[in-house]
Amino acid sequence: MSIYGWAQIILYFLIILALTRPVGNYLYRVFEGEKKPLPRVLGAAERLAYRMVMVNEDREQTWKEYAFSLFVFSFFCVLVVYGLQRLQYFLPFNPQDFKGVPPQLAFNTAVSFVTNTNWQAYPGESTMSYLVQMAALAWQNFVSAGAGIAVAFALARGLTRKASQARGATIGNFWVDLTRSIIYVLLPLSIVGALFLVSQGVVQNIHPYREITTLEGVRQTIAMGPVASQEIIKELGTNGGGFFNANSSHPFENPTPLTNFIEMVLIFLIPAGLTYAYGRMAGNKRQGWVIFWAMAVLFMAGAAVSYYAESRPNPALAGLPLDQAAGNMEGKEVRFGVAGSTLFAAITTAASCGAVNSMHDSYTPLSGLVPLVNIMLGEVVFGGVGAGLYGMLIYAILAVFIAGLMVGRTPEYLGKKIEARQMQYVTAYILIFPFIVLITAAWSAVAPYGVSSITNGGPHGLSQILYAAGSAGGNNGSAFAGLNANTPWWNIVLAIAMLAGRFLMILPVLAIAGSMVSKKDIPPGPGTFPTEGFLFVVLLTGAVIIVGALTFFPALSLGPVVEHFIAHAGRSL
Amino acid sequence: MKNISLKRDLACTLLFTVLSIAVLGIIYPLCINAVSGLLFDSQARGSFTADEGGRPVGSTLLAQRFTDPAYFHPRPSAAGGNGYDAASSGGSNLGPTSEKLRRRAADEVARLRKENPHAPPYIPAELVTTSASGLDPHLTIPGALWQVPRIARARHISEERVTATVEANREGRTWGVLGEPRVNVLLLNLALDRQFGKAGQRAIMGDKRR
Repeated sequence: MSIYGWAQIILYFLIILALTRPVGNYLYRVFEGEKKPLPRVLGAAERLAYRMVMVNEDREQTWKEYAFSLFVFSFFCVLVVYGLQRLQYFLPFNPQDFKGVPPQLAFNTAVSFVTNTNWQAYPGESTMSYLVQMAALAWQNFVSAGAGIAVAFALARGLTRKASQARGATIGNFWVDLTRSIIYVLLPLSIVGALFLVSQGVVQNIHPYREITTLEGVRQTIAMGPVASQEIIKELGTNGGGFFNANSSHPFENPTPLTNFIEMVLIFLIPAGLTYAYGRMAGNKRQGWVIFWAMAVLFMAGAAVSYYAESRPNPALAGLPLDQAAGNMEGKEVRFGVAGSTLFAAITTAASCGAVNSMHDSYTPLSGLVPLVNIMLGEVVFGGVGAGLYGMLIYAILAVFIAGLMVGRTPEYLGKKIEARQMQYVTAYILIFPFIVLITAAWSAVAPYGVSSITNGGPHGLSQILYAAGSAGGNNGSAFAGLNANTPWWNIVLAIAMLAGRFLMILPVLAIAGSMVSKKDIPPGPGTFPTEGFLFVVLLTGAVIIVGALTFFPALSLGPVVEHFIAHAGRSL
Repeated sequence: MKNISLKRDLACTLLFTVLSIAVLGIIYPLCINAVSGLLFDSQARGSFTADEGGRPVGSTLLAQRFTDPAYFHPRPSAAGGNGYDAASSGGSNLGPTSEKLRRRAADEVARLRKENPHAPPYIPAELVTTSASGLDPHLTIPGALWQVPRIARARHISEERVTATVEANREGRTWGVLGEPRVNVLLLNLALDRQFGKAGQRAIMGDKRR
């Protein structure tokens, strides 16, 4: 550990803190404000888009219509992404002449990108043509992120609209929300950001792979591609799917400590801003800051533990004549060091991004535990664009409910009663995730076709399985990447886990929005639990930790925790 | 359910898909291509560098294999079957209780000892660990300095002069906090060649191992 490492972590947090308000204000203006930014340019583009896709901007949808539009669009996207991969050999922008992607892998990948997971069972530079990377995968990076933001705003409307302003039981229009998130937020930021990344050394071309002769006269083939344009939206949309197999550790994706820092900022930019936008929608900014600080506390705890644990020597190298002062460098890049790597790992798993700049599989047991725990808390620590906010709001309702039980009054949130119906939806949301993860992991851990993919012995093998199941169910996409995931079992089961983890969880979210939006407002009384102070931050983080810990602690104790003790007993497997 | 219309949603879906693929999947990346080609052509193509004769010898951002004792060697690589494969990036993904990792590291230690008989007893751990990408172009300062005795002997120059070259090529932390101090192996080796003559030719004349 060094003072520089801690300074980097603190600097990062301060920058996110400083950006939360302006980004939140901007998001609020785009989605809820009367005057949208840059009406001449972006406003014109927006109206043109509505005309071309035949959407009536003023027509709002009920939660069922909203969900239906989202599902129809998403499942159609799966077909398109699948088709483009299968047919890539016959399509342009394929200078390496890659053959069509095999059916199961193409299905897994299509689901993975449509669900904003970006789980990758393939190495990008030897599988996907430039066309697939640009027009299928990067395309989904935009629209799946936009869909996530849309759902967050739909839920926020459901919770915050006063009965007097509610237009019937509608919660917005999916097509409008999706279009706005792309035109006002994702695309403009991506254009600026991509050019910045290129200036730092991220490649951006559609040339064939380049053959060179090295200084010592050896041949080296160097993969190329339109990387910067994809790299930027991969972070901004918390997608995480790398152009190259090594993801953001590849110097062509992430060449300098500065790009590393900017990429980390981009991952949290929208999720953090959404908390503030939510506060404005609630008519009380403190409602947003409470959500922000609950996320911040959980995030900083993870980042600190991970940096501390990873700065220790790698136990597998104990006893060799090595100077391990720099910490565990297996699976890490020199330019980032342990601090820049563990911070990235904490961020990418807290947000459901899944980009990696170091190989989590090679982390020491306790710092490998941090990404796992972040994922298993449901990725509500800032979380994916949109997904983090709606996940945390579900926990907020749960926390209010628990507080209501303690004081013996009907719980209410933002002046709306929480009743049995809403609690059923909340319970469904909270139970679906562990159900997916634990069933997938348990089945894979006992079936020969599941176990045969693990590449590390002992408890670490179980960690690989748990991580894969959690990453898919939580729509994260990072991995203990040693796991050989390109097998029929893993491709299919993880695709199912990703679909369930996305759409089965969006369903109760939208249902809550729809059932809350037209509820009568009740003025706060003496029994109302205040949801805007320090006490609620404690209650909310407590709810997240208790639910996550009770659900996953037994499984985690058999993986990373046991491994920690084995490693420190000096055993290797 | 009276307002739900599959037909209307399918129409929107189809139109939205066509429009968004055209704009986000084709026009956007190709425009970034064009603009970055104008503004940052060298970076957009992969930051290639050339030797004194103007022959391109690799990307300054990617590690390449060095085995000549007169050159600095990069970290071991798990990219591709034989390492340093810039079309097959990746790490070892070996965990902290991996026997395979321990054995591989022990082999590396033995090899480094043999190649560097005059180096300090404790080897910086980065020299026996593979990077995340397998293409890490850098060494830490200790990782480079540890190799100085070998290079000085292979080039028949004083260790001080090699150390000075390392110091001259040192890259610091961005803004004083981001990242770690480091040297770029390819640029460092090119600097050695410029200052002390090309390694290959010297090795052919003087070093029987080649």
